Amino acid sequence: MTSDNQWPLWEVFVAAGNGAPHEHVGSLHAVDAEQALQNARDVYARRNEGVSIWVVPSSAITASTPDDVGSFFDPANDKVYRHPQFYKVPRGVRGV
Amino acid sequence: MKTAKAGARPPAARISSDAAFQYLLRLGDDRLVLGHRLSEWCGHGPILEEDIALTNIALDLIGQANLFLELAGRAEGKGRDQDALAYFREAVDYRNLLLVELPKGDFAFTIARQLAFSVYSFLQFEALVKSTNEDLAGIAAKAAKEAKYHVRHSADWLIKLGDGTDESHERAQRAVDEIWRYTGEMFVADDVDRAAVAIGLGVDPSTLGDPWRGHLDDVLKRATLIVPEVKFMQRGGRTGNHTEHLGHILSEMQIVARSFPTGGW
Amino acid sequence: MTQNGMQQTPEDAAKVAEFEARIARGESIEPKDWMPERYRKQLIRMMSQHAHSEIVGMLPEGNWITRAPSFRRKLGLLAKVQDEAGHGLYIYCGTETLGVDRRDLIDQLLAGTAKYSSIFNYPTLSWADIGAIGWLVDGAAIVNQTMLAKASYGPYARAMVRICKEENFHKRQGFEIMATLSGGTPERHAMAQDALNRWWWPSLMMFGPPDAESANSEELTRWGVKKKSNDELRQRFVNQTVAQARAINLEIPDSELRLDEASGDWAFGKIDWDEFWRVVKGDGPCNRERLAARRAAHADGEWVRKAALAHAEKHAQAAVA
Repeated sequence: MTSDNQWPLWEVFVAAGNGAPHEHVGSLHAVDAEQALQNARDVYARRNEGVSIWVVPSSAITASTPDDVGSFFDPANDKVYRHPQFYKVPRGVRGV
Repeated sequence: MKTAKAGARPPAARISSDAAFQYLLRLGDDRLVLGHRLSEWCGHGPILEEDIALTNIALDLIGQANLFLELAGRAEGKGRDQDALAYFREAVDYRNLLLVELPKGDFAFTIARQLAFSVYSFLQFEALVKSTNEDLAGIAAKAAKEAKYHVRHSADWLIKLGDGTDESHERAQRAVDEIWRYTGEMFVADDVDRAAVAIGLGVDPSTLGDPWRGHLDDVLKRATLIVPEVKFMQRGGRTGNHTEHLGHILSEMQIVARSFPTGGW
Repeated sequence: MTQNGMQQTPEDAAKVAEFEARIARGESIEPKDWMPERYRKQLIRMMSQHAHSEIVGMLPEGNWITRAPSFRRKLGLLAKVQDEAGHGLYIYCGTETLGVDRRDLIDQLLAGTAKYSSIFNYPTLSWADIGAIGWLVDGAAIVNQTMLAKASYGPYARAMVRICKEENFHKRQGFEIMATLSGGTPERHAMAQDALNRWWWPSLMMFGPPDAESANSEELTRWGVKKKSNDELRQRFVNQTVAQARAINLEIPDSELRLDEASGDWAFGKIDWDEFWRVVKGDGPCNRERLAARRAAHADGEWVRKAALAHAEKHAQAAVA
């Protein structure tokens, strides 16, 4: 018996084109990759044609923990579930 | 596209502008009325992401209608723009398919109807990019991308509903059963279509029926749904013989514009 | 100083001090950073309230989509309402980074235990209301959101930046509708004036109770979530809006409105705080209708949501990672 929920969480990355890298823009809910891609287009790329979109289940992302900055190569990095770390792409590296 | 018989062409200027006007009205009215039905979902969708998706499709359709009715007004040559045509015509003068004026129903109905129309629309646009009318060809080129997306979206949903839960399967099958008798009208060619084809403006809708059916069969199969048997295909919208639904749609759509008829918005 | 009334260890106190120092330095707090439990709760409350407001806000405006009197206006309104749904989505997702599921947030809204901006408990009675909402309600929201774009919590600030870009367009659209109506036929002018008469005072109430009565403010200010006071923002809004109303020949429905030459501020009359609290507590004109609409959409959508999940489950095996 399927129980009602708001569907799994996905993270969305968009590249504006012209050599720019994919940048995290936010998240949304979807049941599968095809739907996540369509929803991402509707929510995050409506005003821009020809952008490239990546969607990833939030549960598939592994994030470093800020406290471990000193020991980055410690293999005990956290698994992220509903608490993804949003990476800000430094402005300087875009379109290089 | 069929070619006109030699010597059978009526005075080009008058007939062609009337045929062009009627043909373009059909293109515009289909999308205006369907866009209206879709926008009724705004704020009432099954999940936030879908509210956004349906509104997006409504926006695309009404945007297309805006362009087609503008062209229609120019073809008519009586100074009516798209607003005059949309807000000040009676139901009997509307030229949309019966399919698009049917109430939105449940989500399954909306999706099934959207799929049926979007596949037709996409096939129309694929052909219309070759129209001798540059404006129409230009609109078709852009709108084809939108229609393709609408097909993708509604096909994905019909498959999810058809092959989802028992309840969604039942609702999806019911939806297909209900819309099917209205799908024949999309592929009936009449004098307006033939005249539009003759002047290189439009596409003969009867040529779209087979490819349309091919697409639908494919999606319905993946959705585990069956095509119902229909003994008689309903029609009449193309000549202003609508269902009782259109009158109510227009009452709502036109009330503000008609209440304050002179002046801009 | 204690957290949630419990005794703080010296370790906790040090963490809180460092946390507040980070904020004072203008640093961004991100989802996996240490944060006081109370900060997390306050942000969930603020952000979810904001998201709920965007979603409920679709209803009074959505009410006029099918009746919008021209293609341009219909397309503009559809785009605006769609933007609002998108804004709600961005903020819900931002809230989820704090460890809460959107499903629970929605349950709270539908149960009536979560708040949303009370402005949306007022009805849209004429086409001009759409102009008034864009101009005044979005206008007020922009004043608030510009401040929030620098909020200490990263995901919230980033959502606000995204939203502010789109919101400016909404306000301009609304103002343009009002300007066109005001400068049109006498009937249109009257429609615009009537809408302004009904939406003015509720828009001022959007900034919340007077500073003296505002419970959460001090803590939220220290935590970089609230950078300006309610009264300050309200005054900023009044100042900019009075000038705009005059520019389009509409009269603010306040007989006590007068310019204080010294400060440059427009002094305004008394807000009916009884009305404000009444509406917040559930007795506004449309509270019940708004919730009923959201509950119906949610209930009607259950079979759809379940169908999608069921389909995905069936085909999970086919989807090779």
